[in-house]
Amino acid sequence: MATTGSGYSTIVIDHFQNPRNVGELADANARASVNNPVCGDVLQLMLKISDGRIAQVRFKTFGCEAAIAASSLLTEMIQGKALTDVQDITPEMITAALGGLPKVKLHAASLAEEALKEALEHYGASHG
Amino acid sequence: MSTTGHRMGELFIYFDHNATTPLHPAVWQAMRPFLTDVFGNPSSLHTEGLQARDAVEEARERVAQLIGARGEEIIFTSGGTEADNLAILGSVLARQRQAGHVVTSQIEHPAVLGSCRSLETQGFRVTRLPLGSAGMIEPDDLAHVLTDDTLLVTLMHANNEVGTIQSIQACAALARSRGILVHTDAVQSVGKIPTRVDDLGVDLLALSGHKIHGPKGIGALYVRRGTVLDPIITGGPQERGLRGGTEHVAAIVGLGVAAQLAATHMSDEMPQLAALRDRLEQGILAAIPDVLVNGATAPRLPTTTNLSFKGVDGQSLVVALDLKGVATSTGSACSSGSLEPSHVLIAMGLADEWLQGAVRFSLGSGNTLTEVDTVLHMLPPIVARLRQHTRGSVRHTTVTPSTMRQRS
Repeated sequence: MATTGSGYSTIVIDHFQNPRNVGELADANARASVNNPVCGDVLQLMLKISDGRIAQVRFKTFGCEAAIAASSLLTEMIQGKALTDVQDITPEMITAALGGLPKVKLHAASLAEEALKEALEHYGASHG
Repeated sequence: MSTTGHRMGELFIYFDHNATTPLHPAVWQAMRPFLTDVFGNPSSLHTEGLQARDAVEEARERVAQLIGARGEEIIFTSGGTEADNLAILGSVLARQRQAGHVVTSQIEHPAVLGSCRSLETQGFRVTRLPLGSAGMIEPDDLAHVLTDDTLLVTLMHANNEVGTIQSIQACAALARSRGILVHTDAVQSVGKIPTRVDDLGVDLLALSGHKIHGPKGIGALYVRRGTVLDPIITGGPQERGLRGGTEHVAAIVGLGVAAQLAATHMSDEMPQLAALRDRLEQGILAAIPDVLVNGATAPRLPTTTNLSFKGVDGQSLVVALDLKGVATSTGSACSSGSLEPSHVLIAMGLADEWLQGAVRFSLGSGNTLTEVDTVLHMLPPIVARLRQHTRGSVRHTTVTPSTMRQRS
């Protein structure tokens, strides 16, 4: 795995410096806001779900470089996918797709996964 | 001395001198023979041994001179942390084995906090003084907590994270008038501001080599004549029996030269660095909204500024700057791998919204006006970008000292 001087993979650095799908989604029908009480990272995830698919996704993250990268990468993983394809995403899958994370930053992938689960539960509760 | 060029062909600006400093070339030159040809053990009686002994004693005098002490009052240690440990554990345990009282502050380096915690587990009581509104330890607060069984007051001279300089003189006078020993962790102040043991009025003072362009793995404890300590590393009679083990001669020589250089150049260099620091600080405040200077109302080291960028995560800003070739820190190097906000900024009463956005710029010998201006040019768009994808996300954190894990 290629690493930079900061010890991150080039994928993490790319998503940190050029995060995808940042912003608000006014007509979102699934939302989540999760935070890590230890380090204070906050992730807001907004999904527009139609016909069983994630049509649109946006996020906002207040957190460290790893949290921003994990959030951004998650949005790429789920954009356009069927709900049945994304419901089993694990923190390990996000970490792997990022090209790995330092041990002390693994929580960033967990936070992203947690946000996805919460958003899907929110959608299930209102549309189930 | 140049701090550029360490990343081949790329920009490299080093603004993290409170974490560590590059070795001065003259220090390396002085050390080299003691890593090669002059390999004698200073305790040996033959010529090679005596050469090493002479070098160690010369270095001892140089370190003593920097802080206005006598050579015989300097004990070489493996660094600032061991010096703090020896001062605190060594002085307290030489007086009482089980019970007694120690006073420190909430903004100490982990080396001091760790020693105090260790004493607590052995049955001693520890008071950690809070800060007054200006970020200063108040002598009045100290006066109120001293008791008949207070054995030691240990307060840091200059803070590593924010650079604030505490009133050691006033605090030490108070404690010593009651016969209480005083230790100061002066790792960040030695070589940057006048730090003389008689002016400060301390019995014990810790310093470190690699913060003043000396090597890592070497430090010293000043022990005022007549102060009794127990060793924490037992062994042979080296260092007056207070630190067993064959001396790291090359590192001791390096510390001696670094101390001499600091004593020679401090009065010329520090005003220049203060001007650069002020230019950086003022430039950032002028170019970027919602930035707070932490510790601005207290006396500060000429080299250090700690700024909180509202709505920015400090770690992400440090990494973004690193990717551009600029080395900074979120605070102390020891804690930058941990996830909790700074215990120093919490003790200073900083509100949650500023806590996570703190970045330390610490300048040192070799930094230039051009480097400052390069960073001033680089920073506003980075901060704007980081704010863009965090704006509107609400922080839910509530951090109090009681919920924080102690750092090691």
